[in-house]
Amino acid sequence: MAENTVTAQNVSRPTARKDMTMLQWTWKEMKRNYPAYIMCIPFFMIFTLFTVGPVVLSAFFSFTIFNMVEAPKIVGLSNYIRLFLDDDIFLLSVKNTLIFAVVTGPVSYFMSLFVAWFINELPPKIRAVVTLIFYAPSISGGVYMIWGVLFSSDSYGYVNSILLELDIITTPIQFFQYEPAVMPLCIVVALWTSLGVSFLAFIGGLQTIDKAQFEAAAVDGIRNRWQELWYVTLPNMKQQLLFGAVMSITSSFGFGAIVTALAGFPSQNYCAHTIVHHLEDYGGQRFEVGYASAIAVILFAVMIGSNVLVNKLLSKVGQ
Amino acid sequence: MSKKLRTRNHKVVLNRSVGGDAGITFFLILLGAFMFIPMYYAVVQSLKPLDELWYFPPRFYVVNPTFTNFADMFTSMSTSWVPFSRYIFNTVLISVAGTFGNLVFGSLAAYAIAKIKFPGRKFMFSMVRLSLMFHTTVATIVNFMTMSNLGFIDSYWALIVPAWGATLGMFLMKGFMESGVSDAVLESARLDGSSELRTYWEIAMPMVKPAWLTLIVYSFKDLWNIGSSTYIMSEQYKTFNYAVNQIVSGGVSRAGVGMAAAVVMMIVPVGVFVFSQSRVVETMSTSGMKD
Repeated sequence: MAENTVTAQNVSRPTARKDMTMLQWTWKEMKRNYPAYIMCIPFFMIFTLFTVGPVVLSAFFSFTIFNMVEAPKIVGLSNYIRLFLDDDIFLLSVKNTLIFAVVTGPVSYFMSLFVAWFINELPPKIRAVVTLIFYAPSISGGVYMIWGVLFSSDSYGYVNSILLELDIITTPIQFFQYEPAVMPLCIVVALWTSLGVSFLAFIGGLQTIDKAQFEAAAVDGIRNRWQELWYVTLPNMKQQLLFGAVMSITSSFGFGAIVTALAGFPSQNYCAHTIVHHLEDYGGQRFEVGYASAIAVILFAVMIGSNVLVNKLLSKVGQ
Repeated sequence: MSKKLRTRNHKVVLNRSVGGDAGITFFLILLGAFMFIPMYYAVVQSLKPLDELWYFPPRFYVVNPTFTNFADMFTSMSTSWVPFSRYIFNTVLISVAGTFGNLVFGSLAAYAIAKIKFPGRKFMFSMVRLSLMFHTTVATIVNFMTMSNLGFIDSYWALIVPAWGATLGMFLMKGFMESGVSDAVLESARLDGSSELRTYWEIAMPMVKPAWLTLIVYSFKDLWNIGSSTYIMSEQYKTFNYAVNQIVSGGVSRAGVGMAAAVVMMIVPVGVFVFSQSRVVETMSTSGMKD
């Protein structure tokens, strides 16, 4: 950790050179450091081509009508107007996405934080095993289909057979066609896979905190573990808290694959239709690129907006 | 303040009540069961012989474990003209090629941004950081056009090449390089006439092995779990995850085989993580959203 003190901020930089302008100096530095640009080219070329470029182009296409065959025709805001005034399924998908995000985002974030904090005091070997149990569902990605089998619609589905045995129901429930059940079930499965990157970030952050700080805090009058968490632990891992929030928010909004795998696409009466599905529908199947781009832009704006908002909130931790 | 101090393993513990410890243990067991049971269920189902799969009500344990389901995996997709091993081959190829490229390109860029003070590095990194804040689905429409212009549609390239520019591993590696590689060591290497490429490879890279492993874990996991993709139409290029979903959607008659395939699916990324867990956690301790 001693190396931590060498950061971009305190490395001496040439200041106020009189013999050249800012532009000349920049150009000179660019020439001097040309190997750095060469090293960056492969990664940033692909990153720009498949991530940055598409976002910028989508923003442009969202103001056009474009079917990938004829040239795009600029139509101003009409795609957005159609989305909000003429597309009931889009509004439904916004509602569903917000419900998913508002539930899974915070719940998965706090679950990650508390589990990481609780298991931090276990002996290292046991902690490694417990970490694996909690982390395994998120890293094994596609296996949420197990839930499809657990909640399978016939009497061999585990949940249905228990309910039948206990005489709570007389015929098996078709869970993933039964509208009131689809959303809650998909949320449960999403939570099951949600102890991911942020969970590990919290574990990593907790391990770097100097134990002496807790002793000092106890001397200073910290009375219980919750005060210790708020006044000592959390302020010490603020970087991980911010990073974890970004990871949780992004995955809670991008969530759609679970619904498709369990409830089908489209889900019964669009009951679990999300913005991601709507985007897939218009972009991948109907090839209405302009309209789909408008959906993508809105999704992008919502994700970035909530990230900025939550980052603002989190910067107040421990103050 | 004359309160008796509590000890755990002969060490004094501060600010920990017995009741709190008990409550937390209870909470962890409950949540742990929720995480563990579906995976346990998959393993049990995959080991059940046919008669036990049909036993009603379904049992939560297996009496005569057998590996026939795993063997049957290779014959169960008989309707498809592509042999089952082809799906596994596709996924392995995509995962290995994609991860390797991401490691090489990502670490080169991470080194340059973390350790060379060149104009533009802050802007470039802020784009990477921004990319973590949105899900890549927003890029799919334009990507489809890009891929068809490049001739990537319906080939391995459509899945491999974008993975080379995946940002999470690169982002974490840059953070780890900043705190784990000392500028003084790099500076003395440069003064000895070592080129940047050599400094990167011989000095910086050996010092950031935990970050390599972390990048490998995340890149591999993402690629391994790719299911059906808009870019792939031909059966012979489809992935393992796609095939597993096909089997599982076959319903009860294939329950055992489906679960066997699901177990194989999850065992590989979990195995990769088991071997690298402590290194991943070490890398994570340097993660953060600051510049």
